[in-house]
Amino acid sequence: MTSTPIPPVVPDTDLTTEAELEGPSRPRKLTRLEKRAIAAKGKLSSPWASFLAILIAILWTIPSVGLLVTSFRPELDIRRSGWWTVIPGLFNGEAEFTLDNYDQALYGSGSNLSTYFVNSFVITLPAVVIPITLALLAAYAFAWIEFRGREILFVAIFALQVVPLQVALVPLLRDYVDVGLNGTFWTVWLSHSIFALPLAIFLLHNFMKDIPRSLVEAARVDGAGHVKIFFQVLLPLLVPAIASFAIFQFLWVWNDLLVGLTFADTSSYPLTVRVAEMAGSRGGDWHILTAGAFISIIVPLVVFVALQRYFVRGLLAGSVKG
Amino acid sequence: MDWLTEPSSPVEKFGLMFLAILLFVVVMGAILLAVDRPKRIPRWVVVLAFVGPAVIGLAWGLVRPALITIWNSLFDRRGNEFVGLDNYVTAFTTDQFQLVLRNTAIWVVVVPLLSTFIGIVYAVLVDRSRFEKFAKALVFLPMAISMVGASIIWGFVYEFRPDQPGVNQIGLLNQVLVWLGLPPQQFLIGQPWNTFFLIVVMIWIQTGFAMTILSAAIKAIPDDIVEAARLDGLKGWGMFRYITVPSVRPALVVVLTTIAMATLKIFDIVRTMTGGQFGTQVVANEFYTQAFRQNNQGLSSALAVILFILVIPIIVYNVRQMRLAEEIR
Repeated sequence: MTSTPIPPVVPDTDLTTEAELEGPSRPRKLTRLEKRAIAAKGKLSSPWASFLAILIAILWTIPSVGLLVTSFRPELDIRRSGWWTVIPGLFNGEAEFTLDNYDQALYGSGSNLSTYFVNSFVITLPAVVIPITLALLAAYAFAWIEFRGREILFVAIFALQVVPLQVALVPLLRDYVDVGLNGTFWTVWLSHSIFALPLAIFLLHNFMKDIPRSLVEAARVDGAGHVKIFFQVLLPLLVPAIASFAIFQFLWVWNDLLVGLTFADTSSYPLTVRVAEMAGSRGGDWHILTAGAFISIIVPLVVFVALQRYFVRGLLAGSVKG
Repeated sequence: MDWLTEPSSPVEKFGLMFLAILLFVVVMGAILLAVDRPKRIPRWVVVLAFVGPAVIGLAWGLVRPALITIWNSLFDRRGNEFVGLDNYVTAFTTDQFQLVLRNTAIWVVVVPLLSTFIGIVYAVLVDRSRFEKFAKALVFLPMAISMVGASIIWGFVYEFRPDQPGVNQIGLLNQVLVWLGLPPQQFLIGQPWNTFFLIVVMIWIQTGFAMTILSAAIKAIPDDIVEAARLDGLKGWGMFRYITVPSVRPALVVVLTTIAMATLKIFDIVRTMTGGQFGTQVVANEFYTQAFRQNNQGLSSALAVILFILVIPIIVYNVRQMRLAEEIR
């Protein structure tokens, strides 16, 4: 028996590449995985292990299923019985479903989520585009232009990642009120863009560094300036990296409550703020709440499922490299 | 030009959005075009064009306000009178705030440990199984859901109906209690357990993150180590305890500290589910209450600074563990 723990052997740079290997296009790695699959055979055959895995999967799924099913049930049914009671009805065709809740949540005067849906969208797009552009430029300079104080500046920005937003909110809000822009989309865009920069610069710098030096040198020899190198050499290579951070930032902004609550006002609130408000004021109206929650969830969910691959890559690059 | 600040129709809003993006592109384009002359432009101007916007943004929008907040935390609620560390004394000694700090501590300890534990166990269990991708996606999905959405999802699970004949439970958890012959509970009201029922929501969200990172680390464990251990007769729990966990230790540290930092700032869940009532208040939500409901500038600033200070031990732990890992290697 080896009772002494083995020292850590995770080569931290390997992780990203491992994660990308799930596609079927790498025959060499697949055979290795297959070999290990054979070696690992029998591991899951333990009934307890399978049971535990299935239990966790069910526990993690059922709450969302409950919300989804409930959002399509008629209001009276929701008040009278639990969502699981529709299951027998599914087989004999007695289960009743309706889109009324969605109609009411989106256009009803009490919730009017369609307006806030537009707001969320209007807030999110610039709040993703602007910080990524600024961060790309800064990351380029940190990776490929020599200048005095570069290291210190980069470390300072890296360290800013841990500053909680809370310390910046009140003074910023006061400035926004002073210039009379408080509650407009402008301040929400600006705040989101600034708060995103430290992580964005750090992540994109990581990707930027991985580009072979020879490519940049070659372009330089050809007489290209930094702007040309940035746009013509680096940007095309960075598309996957940009995609992974864009998903991050998209999820963060769309799902954000604190920044929206602080800097937006009733005319510019994002969905999250409105839905949270409804949870407080109409706590018992589950027909509206479940539909409203689903409306606020669906867009990030679709983006996430469609672009999961990029998201995972960004996740691994962000937290394991470093 | 009202629509520039107060757009009312969707058309105006989208118009404003595209205008903002256009404005940004034009300004940045002009700056870059201006410096795109190799040899004729000094290097520091080029650097300024690339780094300047981001650095100015951060200095103005993050560093400066943070310093103002630290300064404000030394003044009274209106910001007129210097009170030294009084706000911090209030935050650490008053019963009300001690409860807030205690709750935050419970969150920061329980959420990372349980999410990471469940995450690694699940990652090991589904590793290289036939349904791995699908199984992972199920646990992964809550990460895309906003904390507000998650709070409503779980609020519905916890929904309580009085225990009377003719009244059906509509919340799943209470129905389970009824099936088991137990009386239904007001999960979000009964102290001190309500904090744990809120914590469940955060664990539900964060486990997917832990699982993803740890699963990648597990896949990176060299085959020969696993093989050698197998020949030594290790399997099941022994393999997990003596091979898997020590091998992914650096990833474990990253996951634990990342989740701990996210949990420290927990705000949305508490605000949406209980509003901080019934003894569930945490620092970030108390900050919001003091800053924007009570208008107590001194105390709210102190709470924000405390949040900042509490991050530091987590980072120190992270850095020390990383150093340790590198030394061993």
